[in-house]
Amino acid sequence: MEKFTTHTGVGVPLRRSNVDTDQIIPAVYLKRVTKTGFDDALFAAWRGDSEFILNQEAYKNGSVLVAGPDFGTGSSREHAVWALKDYGFKVVIASRFADIFRGNSGKQGLLAAVVSQENVELLWKLLDAEPGKEITVSLEDRTVTCGELTVPFEIDDYVRWRLMEGLDDIGLTLQHEEDITAFEQTRAGWRPKTLPAKHLPSVEIEAARPVEA
Amino acid sequence: MGTTLAEKLWESHLVRKGEDGAPDLIYIDLHMCHEVTSPQAFEGLRLAGRPVRRPDLTIATEDHNTPTLDIDLPIADETSRIQINTLRSNAKEFGVRIHSLGDADQGVVHVVGPQLGLTMPGMTVVCGDSHTSTHGAFGSLAFGIGTSEVEHVLATQTLPLKPFKTMAINVDGELPEGSTAKDIILAIIAKIGTGGGQGYVLEYRGDAIRALSMEARMTICNMSIEAGARAGIIAPDQTTFDYVHGRPHAPEGEDWDAAVAYWKTLVTDEDAVFDAEVTLNAADLEPFVTWGTNPGQGLPLSASVPDPEQIADEVDREAAANALEYMGLTPGTPLREIAIDTVFLGSCTNGRIEDLRAAAEVIQGRTKAEGVRMLVVPGSARVRLQAEAEGIDQIFKDFGAEWRNAGCSMCLGMNPDQLRPQERSASTSNRNFEGRQGKGGRTHLVSPLVAAATAVRGTLSSPADLVDAPAALV
Repeated sequence: MEKFTTHTGVGVPLRRSNVDTDQIIPAVYLKRVTKTGFDDALFAAWRGDSEFILNQEAYKNGSVLVAGPDFGTGSSREHAVWALKDYGFKVVIASRFADIFRGNSGKQGLLAAVVSQENVELLWKLLDAEPGKEITVSLEDRTVTCGELTVPFEIDDYVRWRLMEGLDDIGLTLQHEEDITAFEQTRAGWRPKTLPAKHLPSVEIEAARPVEA
Repeated sequence: MGTTLAEKLWESHLVRKGEDGAPDLIYIDLHMCHEVTSPQAFEGLRLAGRPVRRPDLTIATEDHNTPTLDIDLPIADETSRIQINTLRSNAKEFGVRIHSLGDADQGVVHVVGPQLGLTMPGMTVVCGDSHTSTHGAFGSLAFGIGTSEVEHVLATQTLPLKPFKTMAINVDGELPEGSTAKDIILAIIAKIGTGGGQGYVLEYRGDAIRALSMEARMTICNMSIEAGARAGIIAPDQTTFDYVHGRPHAPEGEDWDAAVAYWKTLVTDEDAVFDAEVTLNAADLEPFVTWGTNPGQGLPLSASVPDPEQIADEVDREAAANALEYMGLTPGTPLREIAIDTVFLGSCTNGRIEDLRAAAEVIQGRTKAEGVRMLVVPGSARVRLQAEAEGIDQIFKDFGAEWRNAGCSMCLGMNPDQLRPQERSASTSNRNFEGRQGKGGRTHLVSPLVAAATAVRGTLSSPADLVDAPAALV
């Protein structure tokens, strides 16, 4: 994972609350088996609308999304993070994030910065007043700067450290493999195992057919 | 001071306590996979040359984009076919048990786990799917994870996690006839909001919860995520033990006794303190439906479409105005007068046998409203077989409903089962997001009873609205 210290880029005001992961990337785009190539799927339902913020020239190259509260609610799809990253976003700012989305962001190097709703409103005003205005996000200082305005943001200390060091979680965990093995020795024998598989009797499943209209 | 059930489960799965702000390392007892969120995780293992650490604690099913018609034919949609085939080849390569289309144990992952007896009390259960919270109904810590975490669990059988906060949801009183578990959870979400549970494990408690069957408890825990929570949990009791007993993977003999003895310890201590508490009286609950585009935008069926102008909070007001525009609704319209095009009965929320039985009882001997399409999609192939053994399939077919094969289907419209633009559904699923069930589709979340009554009347209805309703419901 690339190390993240500071980022400066065009701020995009997305004046909506509860932007769920179905809005970020509709399910029909989840059928790919790769981690990239999702940029066209980002906000797919809204992209058809010429008024939509990302269709406006000034915001096309946006990389800092400033959204309303409860961003990323809904499904666990990490594709939402991949789509934001593929489009070019490095940072999402909101006053509240859904837990799974925030977790997924941290693992993919997308910074989910928690800024108070009051300050989000200030950022929206600045970005509306001057479309295409840049925002600088310093992970080092935990600040968001837009012109004269500098506001703090919150992020989990550990996630911040991992982002700044660009560390991979699996590698970190496998340093403690002995602990995992030791824990496994203590598990009760009745705990269920999927293998060998136990089933109810096998039964033929009849295929449903379309109903004639 | 005592500890809560969620804290007990956390402690009992602690591999390593995190130091200096690092997360704890938590052991995972069961990892379920499906075709949508796993391909990139298996690819990651392959690139790093890592095996699946515990294939014997891992299981895969095909559900999200499997067709519910013609399942014996090659899958028509190419990208869906590739994704299913990728899961099959990954399962083979890494030695993971898989239940494919056409197998009697195929179905929505959250229906299959409990059915096989793989979900039981006292476990940690994860899946790359937010509705993994369903399994919390057994008194397990169960939560959805992203694809990076799927890869992490496949490689290490653990997850680095920060402890969750705990919230008690006390549901006291007796649920009136005609109201169901779905109405309880929709009312909870409307009360605390879609962000109200963020960072919390919700523990559902109280008489009304104790009185519910296991399947109804699964419906409640399933939608914990719609309140923003990481997980939902219900302490196990005799109802839980009876449900697990005798299932294919349930412990037997002395193992069963040892397991039950342990499970009985899985309660929140009386002197434990929750980080937050919410209380609801079940006796006040009438059937609940959503009018907007997030699951928190719900009201009792007897209410009318709200007027955004009357909403004080600016963010909520704008969200309501956007939602009404998308939903094509006018403030003040009684919810009961909203006409529906499609009724969807199914999903990991309400696609189990009790849901099908309840709906069948309402429609039996009645006629479907003209022009309404009803899709019945059992949550698993076993649920379908059970329904067929009981003759329930015939009730749906006689009514004019489409009797389909198992899968996620129209809940998220990844397969051909989708709404057309501006088509309106009454759906027993869990999300009413814009475009969730098909681009431009309009979703009202409802219980199976409301879904069935709506199919009869053609507008959002409860069984009590049916002309010849049993006296008890009127």
